[in-house]
Amino acid sequence: MTRDPQFMTCQEFQEQMAELIGSGEDVNNHPHLRMCATCRALLADLQTIADAARELLPVEPPAEDLWQRIELAIQKEDSSLDPG
Amino acid sequence: MPRSQAAKIPPSSPTAAEQTAVEETPPVQTVPPPPAVAEVLALAQAGDHYAFAQIYSLHKRRVYSLCLRMVGNPSEAEDLTQEAFLQLHRKIATFRGDSAFSTWLHRLSINVVLMHLRKKGLPLTSLDEAMEPTHEDGPGRSFGAPDLALTGSIDRLALERAMSDLPAGYRLIFILHDVEGYEHNEIAAMLECSVGNSKSQLHKARLKLRAALRTAIQKGEPS
Repeated sequence: MTRDPQFMTCQEFQEQMAELIGSGEDVNNHPHLRMCATCRALLADLQTIADAARELLPVEPPAEDLWQRIELAIQKEDSSLDPG
Repeated sequence: MPRSQAAKIPPSSPTAAEQTAVEETPPVQTVPPPPAVAEVLALAQAGDHYAFAQIYSLHKRRVYSLCLRMVGNPSEAEDLTQEAFLQLHRKIATFRGDSAFSTWLHRLSINVVLMHLRKKGLPLTSLDEAMEPTHEDGPGRSFGAPDLALTGSIDRLALERAMSDLPAGYRLIFILHDVEGYEHNEIAAMLECSVGNSKSQLHKARLKLRAALRTAIQKGEPS
């Protein structure tokens, strides 16, 4: 039987966090968070991390000669397919 | 589709990664100035070599970044980028425009990386094992110390470093969901795991990243 969310312990709440967040519900409105600064801070941190990840840009480009390597590989593949 | 996430983690569209996909310079000096992207794509589909080079220029950084973040090794990432573009060359004529080309290419690239990781024997199909609660990353670790909150923005390099230190299974799901914007059902299909598994693995990845970033703050490193 599911415990009344209002009376959850931090451990019980945190054990359900993955499912709560993944469900798309607004976890910020969860009754436990109204009373628990620790879990509010945890949720805020996780959201900060997700927000930062979304803003990550591509890293540096690949080596300059990678295109030449790809061209060679394409030519090799094309010539192996060419019956002539 | 990537970039359409759960309510708690609202999408930002287009992603920073997508915005840079059209900003790169061509790899071949002799390539003429780029016509419209759709025209380049049509030419590449018809077998035009220079158009394919343009496609490479437009997408190389994003494909390479994906590969590098997923495998953590520049040389391996370049090999995978090469394989992704070789596969693209083989398959580009089959692209029908049902999705954005960049989305299609991205998915193709992810499949290349996943196939590579499976060949290496990484436990992509045994994620449940990696999800078992441990003393190290279980919920109990989060109790207390709310004063060390990761307020404000997180330093990009610190996050990249913490991501690279994640176990492979956690890293894959975090990158696919939080960086690339795939939904849990898509990730579950890609990794052949359950949706619940994907959610749980992502949550644990974020907990591990939080712990790593908090440790960096305690050591006085930028967060």
